[in-house]
Amino acid sequence: MLEAIVGLTALGGGLGVFLGVAAKRLHVESSPLEGELEEILPGQNCGQCGYPGCAAAAVAVAKGEAPVTVCPPGGRAVAHALAEKLCLTVDLSGMADTGPMVAHVDETVCIGCTKCARKCPTDAIVGAAKQIHGVVQDACTGCGACVETCPAHGIALQAIPVTLQSWYWPKPGDAGAKPPAGNGVLTQ
Amino acid sequence: MTEYLLLILGTVLVNNVVLVKFLGLCPFMGVSNKVDSALGMGMATTFVLTLSTAAGWALEHGLLQPLDMAYLRILTFILVIAAVVQFTEMVIKKISPSLYQVLGIFLPLITTNCAVLGVALLNIQENHGFVQSVLYGFGSATGFTLVMVMFAGLRERLALSMVPKAFGGAPISFITAGLLSMAFMGFAGLAAH
Repeated sequence: MLEAIVGLTALGGGLGVFLGVAAKRLHVESSPLEGELEEILPGQNCGQCGYPGCAAAAVAVAKGEAPVTVCPPGGRAVAHALAEKLCLTVDLSGMADTGPMVAHVDETVCIGCTKCARKCPTDAIVGAAKQIHGVVQDACTGCGACVETCPAHGIALQAIPVTLQSWYWPKPGDAGAKPPAGNGVLTQ
Repeated sequence: MTEYLLLILGTVLVNNVVLVKFLGLCPFMGVSNKVDSALGMGMATTFVLTLSTAAGWALEHGLLQPLDMAYLRILTFILVIAAVVQFTEMVIKKISPSLYQVLGIFLPLITTNCAVLGVALLNIQENHGFVQSVLYGFGSATGFTLVMVMFAGLRERLALSMVPKAFGGAPISFITAGLLSMAFMGFAGLAAH
């Protein structure tokens, strides 16, 4: 009993020390900038930028392969923070700050072809053939893949409607600078 | 010398760890899309398997048998294998970052590759000496690498060929693996003579 405890503990401890030393010896320098940029990005790994996750996007931005405007859901605020971290001066006035968007199917145009439902990466579009389709707003990431697929041009991205649950007061720091999504107008 | 050569040949071809014993099928299907990554996975597994069989033999005869703790064998072996895999991961990250990216999640998953634990346990079961153990581990890993590279080559060609739609992708890969396994069973006749 005692031998088993002491033996396994010694073995585990020995291997731990060995791995600790090996980790120090074989340490690979990675750029601290990538980590800092990743912290600025939203961290939702939604994939709208085309990179597999925020970490990959941060690496691309750090290398200069992607612009600071890489993050669509992050909008102007994230682009500004990224540019500041990289000491770049970028004209962000052309970048519309739309806030989070979801797809919306126009019922009057939808022909029920299910093409958009098959294209959707998150299975957020529901509906059977020859039935009007709908979008599950909680599942939609606003990637816009369905917009180009629709043969009837019946899908558009819309700002998420503000409800009593999602509305918030403008933050004191940037009062007026960045109104909440939907310009604070309650629709429900 | 002949005995050792036969042992290696036997583990590589006749008792192939993947196609005859059906151990380590996860990386066999998972990392066999490209020959390069299959070869890298095979090399990493060879490193881990050879080291872990040596460590396993030393532990069995230095710690477990003298203290009469055979019931802790699996636990101890898994501990050692996990440490060796961690070490391999660090080495690969240092030496070849591109291979590290290609192998991705399958590198830490060598820990749970049943071939590694299976070969270490088979060694004990068959009462191999130290040199035999290491050769048995090395031979098994070489067989694993050989099969990985062969299967990856087949899959690269399969990707370019016309496959009936119902068999496209994974199904045709499984059928190919089955045929390959049947071909390797044929080596059993080699051992009989």
